[in-house]
Amino acid sequence: MSVFGGLTGFVLRRVLGAVATLFALSVIVYVVFYAAPGNVAQITCGPRCSPEQLHQVAQQLRLDDPLHVRYWHFLEGLVAGHDYSTGTSVEHCPAPCLGVSYQSGRQVMSIITAKLPVSLSLVAGAMVLWLVLGVGTGVLSAWRRGRTSERVLTALTLAGTATPVFVIGLVLMIVVCGEFQWLPFPQYVNLTDDPEQWAWNLLLPWLSLALIEAAAFARLTRASMLETLAEDHIRTFRAYGVGERSVVGRHALRGALAPVIALNANNVGSAVGGAVLTETLFGLPGIGQELVHAVNVVDLPVVVGMVLVVGFFVVIANTVADVLFAVADRRVVLA
Amino acid sequence: MSPVQTTGDARTNLVEVTDLSVEFGEVRAVDGLSFRLARGAALALVGESGSGKSTVASALLGLHHGTGARVRGSVLVAGTDVQRASGEELRRLRGAKAAMVFQDPLSSLDPYYAIGDQIAEVYRVHTRASRRAARARAVRVLERVGIPDAARRSRARPHEFSGGMRQRALIAMALACEPDLLIADEPTTALDVTVQAQILDLLHTLREETGMGLLLVTHDVGVAAESVDEVLVMRDGRAVEHGPVTAVLGAPSAAYTRELLGAVPRVDAPRETRKADSGQGEAVLEATGLRREFGRGRRTLTAVDGVSLTLRRGETLGVVGESGSGKTTLGRMLVGLLEPTAGEVRFEGRARRGVDPAVQMVFQDPVSSLNPRRSVGESVADPLRARGERDEGRIRRRVTELLERVGLEGAHYDRYPHEFSGGQRQRVGIARALAADPKVIVCDEPVSALDVTTQAQVVALLGELQRELGIALVFVAHDLAVVRQVSDRVAVMHRGRIVEEGPADEVYGAPRDPYTRQLLAAVPALDPEAAARRRAARREPATA
Amino acid sequence: MSEVLAASEAAATDVSVPAAPGARPFWRRLRAQRAALVAAVVVALLVLVALAAPLLTALEGQDPTTYHPGLIDSARGGVPVGSFGGAGADHWLGVEPQTGRDLFARLVYGARVSLGVALAATVVQIALGVTVGVAAALGNRWVDQLLSRLTDIIVAMPLMIMSLALLAIVPQSFPRPVLVALVIGLIAWGNIAKIVRAQTLTLKGLDHVAAARLSGWGAWRIARRELLPGLAAPVITYAALLVPTNIAVEAALSFLGVGVKPPTPSWGQMLTAADVWYQAAPQYLLFPAGALFVTVVALTVLGDGVRTALDPRAASRLRVGTGRKREAGAETPDTAAGPRTAGTDPRPRTAGTDTQPRTAGTGAEARAAGTDKEETA
Repeated sequence: MSVFGGLTGFVLRRVLGAVATLFALSVIVYVVFYAAPGNVAQITCGPRCSPEQLHQVAQQLRLDDPLHVRYWHFLEGLVAGHDYSTGTSVEHCPAPCLGVSYQSGRQVMSIITAKLPVSLSLVAGAMVLWLVLGVGTGVLSAWRRGRTSERVLTALTLAGTATPVFVIGLVLMIVVCGEFQWLPFPQYVNLTDDPEQWAWNLLLPWLSLALIEAAAFARLTRASMLETLAEDHIRTFRAYGVGERSVVGRHALRGALAPVIALNANNVGSAVGGAVLTETLFGLPGIGQELVHAVNVVDLPVVVGMVLVVGFFVVIANTVADVLFAVADRRVVLA
Repeated sequence: MSPVQTTGDARTNLVEVTDLSVEFGEVRAVDGLSFRLARGAALALVGESGSGKSTVASALLGLHHGTGARVRGSVLVAGTDVQRASGEELRRLRGAKAAMVFQDPLSSLDPYYAIGDQIAEVYRVHTRASRRAARARAVRVLERVGIPDAARRSRARPHEFSGGMRQRALIAMALACEPDLLIADEPTTALDVTVQAQILDLLHTLREETGMGLLLVTHDVGVAAESVDEVLVMRDGRAVEHGPVTAVLGAPSAAYTRELLGAVPRVDAPRETRKADSGQGEAVLEATGLRREFGRGRRTLTAVDGVSLTLRRGETLGVVGESGSGKTTLGRMLVGLLEPTAGEVRFEGRARRGVDPAVQMVFQDPVSSLNPRRSVGESVADPLRARGERDEGRIRRRVTELLERVGLEGAHYDRYPHEFSGGQRQRVGIARALAADPKVIVCDEPVSALDVTTQAQVVALLGELQRELGIALVFVAHDLAVVRQVSDRVAVMHRGRIVEEGPADEVYGAPRDPYTRQLLAAVPALDPEAAARRRAARREPATA
Repeated sequence: MSEVLAASEAAATDVSVPAAPGARPFWRRLRAQRAALVAAVVVALLVLVALAAPLLTALEGQDPTTYHPGLIDSARGGVPVGSFGGAGADHWLGVEPQTGRDLFARLVYGARVSLGVALAATVVQIALGVTVGVAAALGNRWVDQLLSRLTDIIVAMPLMIMSLALLAIVPQSFPRPVLVALVIGLIAWGNIAKIVRAQTLTLKGLDHVAAARLSGWGAWRIARRELLPGLAAPVITYAALLVPTNIAVEAALSFLGVGVKPPTPSWGQMLTAADVWYQAAPQYLLFPAGALFVTVVALTVLGDGVRTALDPRAASRLRVGTGRKREAGAETPDTAAGPRTAGTDPRPRTAGTDTQPRTAGTGAEARAAGTDKEETA
């Protein structure tokens, strides 16, 4: 069996697994939200819904049909899109159709796509920051083990993991924007409009989102480095006169990175959670803020749509990480 | 010894260790050891675990620096005073003048880089050669250690190599800078016996060709006899006996050496106590057409492939094979821990499914075979309680009796497994098996995790119990000598099948199957001269 | 280099040999860590404060829900009257802006909510995780497949998002703190199920379990005597790390206004408006934020300490070269028949003690999983 063939097979299995997971996720989410006890039409439409609207919603969700038919209809919309009636006209909701908000009358997908750039800017920038900060700190503290610098780093890392995103954000905002006025309160600027202002305005949100994740990465990297440094092959290279810089930087780091890749994928999910807090705190118009709004006014189609979109990103991230992990360590493929 | 003499000797002596002591906290691992190794000579440090032999090997390269170990005495290797050398001087010594080969070749190589790159890296550290030249050098040394198609294989990573190939690669790394001294720390312990013979032959050939010195660290007297000129027997960090290999192994002067040699099972010695009626009694356990597969679909692995055997009352059947031969799987099917994919096991004439307390097992790993959270007495009492015995007094009496029977004390009842040594834990395991009043005990590598002296004691105990209680034993092991020592009949397993079966003396004395012959030829002999003869014999088919 | 071998050998046989059985050595090893000891005292104090909240507020003479319109300056938008947010003998830490509710009372009652919700959520997570994990490990291939896939899906659900969504559809009449605990508990049990499954599989393969089968015991007794005790250590360890995570999640949800709602006090909820008031009433920001920080730090340090105490080998195996020789053991390292092969071990990097599931974790609990393999000594 060639390793490449094994790898292709592995990737294929992973992708199929991801599709299955997504499908199951959609079933669970649908059942939890649209088959819950109570008046589904009322919950979906929102508390301030007129009887006509209620009737319309019940029709659109096909509430008279059995559950599996309703789910099939929902799935059809996702894959092929469908037409719906607003009462006065018939509109088309293109695939992937996540439904319509009955409170704003807008299609959920268009709400999400409008807000997505803000959230992506936030999460992507923060991710770069936390990877650099976290892995750097972790490697440094593993290397400087037992010295004062390591203790300081460990204490900082602990403080970092223990401070909730919104507390860091609050403190940063109050100190930097409020007390010292080094920066204005963040206002989102499109990357395409003004890259420099985009970055300046996102600096604080990036920091508040990244610090806690960086702390988690620093802890993991340090532990992983120490574990790798205790492995036999590290001893081999030391016994062969290879310099400490190459032993740590080349051999130990390479081995230690695999769990870091895995954690990074997992953290896409928690980062989105953190992004919700950051956006709310700094007033950034991303999907997090939109979600909190939707939750507060009980706009169910928007909420469900966002859960599915975020779940989609998390599953994709996990799959990519699995594949990266396998490429990094082909032994996994043999499993 | 004057310092003047020391410097003078540095030219002729490759290694000079004087009054070396290594302490780890409270424990003194090496205690006042001195020895020399002349250029081109070969010395083996032989000892059981805890004798400090590996610690000495590490001290030669200064690997204890910065680990918290206290090292005293002087260590001179290839002209470098290891104790006083700076970090830079040590780096120049390591790999370039003295190179080390480790026990476990898989974990000793970086799993993420190609083998050729790892060798090239070591070479470049010491020679400042170009990347390209270093890579070429790597391929050359890989060829030298007998890796076929070395240019292509050098791009593979360690897990794509077999165990023996990996050890060759590690030796190639050691050769990269043409060191004066090769330190081999249990280089063949993780390998099968046939592969072990190949690696030892390779080391021998390389030494003949390059004239480098060899320091071999091993627990296996046979391995030492095969490979070196001089032997230093160690115990508790001290030298017990030191001299030419023929003298030490042929006419040992120290009591401990005699004890050690006496405990080593010999593959060429017939079993002393032989029952006349072997192979005649009625069958207690019969297996017919046993087959076991693991996995499904294309990745199915057939571990045992159509094995039939019969175990008669009171006899010992040895099952011998290398790793992956399916012997452990077979053992587990015999006791009912694994269900066969096909075939059946009959116990006392009745077909049996699942476990039966009358068929017990003694396990290989003395660590995991006892529940660490329960006292050993409770573990031994398990079969009694499971049988429905409720009288605590009777249970305690019976367990005490059993513990005493296997050479432990009744007072050990309330102790926990971690308070016992490996050999003692194995005795507890035997007591637990006996508590079920078994008709059959399957021993799965019962002594392979033990030191050779402990091994001999446990083997003797099993033999005694068998004679006394008339239990039939199945003795599964990879060690041909141990199997011969205990078995009335022997079955040789290879790739899931029994390739040869018969009375022990016949199988060992006149093997019919080529695989059995190959196995027997690979077992290291204790007599250095015999070892040389057999090496020549092994080399012949290769050159022919 | 025998100690290196010993260490790696110990790592390989990890789960099977705790240094000593029983609870006493655990306490001894926990007490040996100064940081953990301090953290334990802090946590004990916090629990005490939470339990004694009615007593403490009675001592102060206040309660957490009474409005004090007289103590706030409605002309200035509801800023508390007096210096430092109106702190004094009557109101030890001052009053809340806009409502005038007593801050000290809300803070100590908030401790009840924070700790209570976090603990309850942890109990739910452990119960679900252990049940699913053990069932997957002991069940047949189909049961395992089904439960493992379910676990994968649960792990793929982003905790914050899903909690937000679920909290939205449940009627407001449902008691909020209970709901928050349930929602966190029902969503974030995937990692613990993975850990328990892996650990159970490892334990199941150990020889002493096989020996118990050969003794003639039934499946239930074997599970109880041989398997479950072995699960205690990883489960307690993970639970200790889950509590601070759950506190942070509850605070975040309440901060967003969907978790615990007024009049029930919660630290996260108090911070919602803190950015508006920080200049006029800094204690309104400082105290809840400080309380959160101290609680999470103390619980995290304690959790790390518990892990080190339960699994000293995870720590010691990284401490190579300090020369802890093996006790009177007579084993030769690795004379075992089979050379270890790569193929048999699917995930060599994460095998052994480290029970961290590789694909673990959405939401903040991934952090707890991530720290799992850490060494804190």
